[in-house]
Amino acid sequence: MSENVPILSARGLVKRYGRVTALDRADFDLYPGEILAVIGDNGAGKSSLIKALSGAVSIDEGDMTLEGRPMRFSSPMEARDAGIETVYQTLALSPALSIADNMFLGREIRKKGPLGSIFKLLDRAEMEKVARQKLSDLGLMTIQNIAQPVETLSGGQRQGVAVARAAAFGSKVIIMDEPTAALGVKESRRVLELILDVKRRGIPIVLISHNMPHVFEVADRIHIHRLGRRLCVIKPKDYSMSDAVAFMTGAKTPPEEAIAA
Amino acid sequence: MTSSVDTAPAARGAQAYEESLEQSDRSLAEFEARHQSALDRIQHFLHGYPTMVPVIVLLVSVLAFGIVAGDRFFSAFNLSLIMQQVSIIGILAAAQSLVILTAGIDLSVAAIMVLMSVIMGNLAVSMGVPTPIALLVGFAGGTAAGALNGLLVTRLKLPPFITTLGTWNIFFALNLWLSGAQSIRSQDIDEQAPILKIFGENFGMFGAQFSYGSVLMVLIFAALWYLLNRTAWGRHVYAVGDDKEAAELAGIRTNRTLVSVYALAGLVCALGAWASIGRVGSVSPQSFYEGNLQSITAVVIGGISLFGGRGSIMGPLIGALIVGVFQSGLRLVGVDVLWQVFAIGWLIIIAVAIDQWIRKVSA
Amino acid sequence: MKRQALIASTALAAALAFAAPSHAQDEQVSACLITKTDINPFFVKMKEGATAKAEELGMELATYAGRVDGDHQTQVQAVETCIASGADGILITASDTKAIVDVVQTARDNGILVIALDTPLEPIDAADATFATDNFKAGELIGQWAAAQLGDEAANAKIAMLDLSPSQPSVDVLRNQGFLQGFGIDLNDENLIGDEEDERIVGNDVTSGNEEGGRRAMENLLQVDPEINVVYTINEPAAAGAYETLRSFGRQDEVIVVSVDGGCPGVQNVQEGIIGATSQQYPLEMAALGIEAIANFARTGETPEPSPGLDFYDTGVQLVTDTPVEGLESISVEEGLELCWG
Repeated sequence: MSENVPILSARGLVKRYGRVTALDRADFDLYPGEILAVIGDNGAGKSSLIKALSGAVSIDEGDMTLEGRPMRFSSPMEARDAGIETVYQTLALSPALSIADNMFLGREIRKKGPLGSIFKLLDRAEMEKVARQKLSDLGLMTIQNIAQPVETLSGGQRQGVAVARAAAFGSKVIIMDEPTAALGVKESRRVLELILDVKRRGIPIVLISHNMPHVFEVADRIHIHRLGRRLCVIKPKDYSMSDAVAFMTGAKTPPEEAIAA
Repeated sequence: MTSSVDTAPAARGAQAYEESLEQSDRSLAEFEARHQSALDRIQHFLHGYPTMVPVIVLLVSVLAFGIVAGDRFFSAFNLSLIMQQVSIIGILAAAQSLVILTAGIDLSVAAIMVLMSVIMGNLAVSMGVPTPIALLVGFAGGTAAGALNGLLVTRLKLPPFITTLGTWNIFFALNLWLSGAQSIRSQDIDEQAPILKIFGENFGMFGAQFSYGSVLMVLIFAALWYLLNRTAWGRHVYAVGDDKEAAELAGIRTNRTLVSVYALAGLVCALGAWASIGRVGSVSPQSFYEGNLQSITAVVIGGISLFGGRGSIMGPLIGALIVGVFQSGLRLVGVDVLWQVFAIGWLIIIAVAIDQWIRKVSA
Repeated sequence: MKRQALIASTALAAALAFAAPSHAQDEQVSACLITKTDINPFFVKMKEGATAKAEELGMELATYAGRVDGDHQTQVQAVETCIASGADGILITASDTKAIVDVVQTARDNGILVIALDTPLEPIDAADATFATDNFKAGELIGQWAAAQLGDEAANAKIAMLDLSPSQPSVDVLRNQGFLQGFGIDLNDENLIGDEEDERIVGNDVTSGNEEGGRRAMENLLQVDPEINVVYTINEPAAAGAYETLRSFGRQDEVIVVSVDGGCPGVQNVQEGIIGATSQQYPLEMAALGIEAIANFARTGETPEPSPGLDFYDTGVQLVTDTPVEGLESISVEEGLELCWG
């Protein structure tokens, strides 16, 4: 996998907040078709890195490329339009709206002809059909009523809707921020399955998580962030969880080849 | 609409996994079902159909007053008269609903309406401007006044309550300045610009007397229902009211949506201004001083949550009618005005309590 | 145009809150005028009268007003400001006639002459003097007129009473009870609206004194009894609203509408037969007399005396109608239009 060209890549990212340097010449590489976990201690600059990639903060220095083309985002919208979808920890769903409405929020489908162009009439049937299709693609059709409000769903099901939304619109990269943090054991399992499903469909994923077992279960590679930059990238099959935690906290120095990666 | 249920073409492993999961889920569901009381079921039903509460209250109160007050109340004529009486507050409630759906509040609705009626009246009657132009100026003015609220809320990030408290005073002062606190008389309007009073005209049907103003009210609600439920803009209004941050992250330009909501509310108020000239008969700068609070009353009784994002636009129409029915019914039974006010007060509190109770379903 | 400009400037002043009045010079007599609001043309006229008279007498005048009717707090602050600025006299139309008494007493203790305009304080002797319309008499005049118009039919009248507000402020009670007495109906408690037992009264409803309220109240009462033929209204805007209802019910020609105030649009409505008769009051006169009394007090220390037989100084009220009845003094619409305010 690492022989390929990275789909999303960053070099020398710097982000300062006043006198605090959150990102200190950080690098980042995501390859096609992989799940890359990003782990790091609190305050390591992990979330600044993710915000930079998803357009939520603009960086002070450095370069980012998507599919080899230079990119610079000033808002999450720009990142999204470029194909980088983010599933926020809060999910960014509107609880009172239906599943279909949520999936199409901000990119609704209108009826063809004057009904759509003049009266702006939504094509409900089409939106519901597509939404149902997307959900069943991801094996989420235990949700039966596409018109039910999102707030009536369980935490895992909501996560599913948010992921389906991210995966539905031809996105090139999906960033998932702590997708299992608020979930119970059973629901977490389903979300991990979901992440693997998305991967099977060929969309690379950046997974931010504190949960080491989850990270080791699904990630192809693990990006360890420390002191504002990428410390190393390891493969979960080569190292144990306690190694990863030791690298992360500075208790142990990673081997040269991992740093070079 | 959703007749077929798709089955997931998932991987075998996942399917087996799901099967075992479904088993445990099912027992959980049964466990819940056994303990679900009738009250819980009502709560869930109302959560799905929040407008049912005001609809039931309206039907019950119409029936109750019909029994107690008899034909004088329960006649086509009296019921259509109630429609006329609530038409202006109903239109204001429509405007108010839009703003409340975004988790805001607009204290300036009535002030915008009265100011625009004064502008329309001054132009058409006192200054001899052709009535259609006077009306257009009023519509533009109402939209601009609403947009001003929206811009203050989004650009200066002021809370809607404070913003519209301020603009309420500003519009009220402008109203007094332009009108000199003096009404434009009905007879002068008839002479100079009868079109201003068109919504006061009635037409009879099955013994009822409908004013064009009450028809306008219903049309406004219908149009807003369409916008809110059948266009992307409407979905965005709900999303912004539900959770502004989430809506922003989901790709909605929330500030633009908010400004458009306030501006549309202002336009609806301007339509109300036209209707109010017909209803009141004159341009009356001192009428509807409490119109903002009455509109909020109708919205709340209509089951739209003050926390935003919840409730149907048709609720406030029902809410306004409930207030009208109570006032008319209590009056015909011979209850003093004081106790009418008392009853409306309790209606508001009960309506909000029910809203809170229904919302607990999702918690 | 001039009036418009004046109102414009006063409304603008209201919008910009209250400009602090300059301190009184020692040799110049200074007065304060505190009105309920400066929305109502009645108070606008009052201010006009006070301003003109003060100018004529070379006095300094500061004017204050509450934001809305019932805005007591602003009036208290205004009185305190007047005390602090060393005014010689205060003219006040109190929003809360009981609660204002304390601060009025403080003013009087500071040697300031306090005259209640239009609305008596409670108790009435809490002010040095009261210059007011006799609202009871204003009601009585239109009651007598309506009864005389109906002649023998007055015994079978069906009367709608369109009052001001559920809180029954004194002006509301006085006009209402005056009308009923004038019409020949037995009053129960003279301080209470709606306790009469005469079957001729169809009902009471409130109007907030504006067109919208008048229209709604008239609709409500016509639902109670569609054969109403006499309508009492608290003021002329309410009467105009009531007339709209009567017109939409097709009953405008069979019903007598009477009112109180004598504002210019109201008198015009008498002219056009929309209102049968109205009792006209004179706010300009009221304020001008008040200013004169303050000037006199500053010069001689004399406080004004009440009218004979009354506990206040009656600034006059006249019936305006073009269909006068025998034994009831009235002025014509033409005269009324000359004297009207607003």
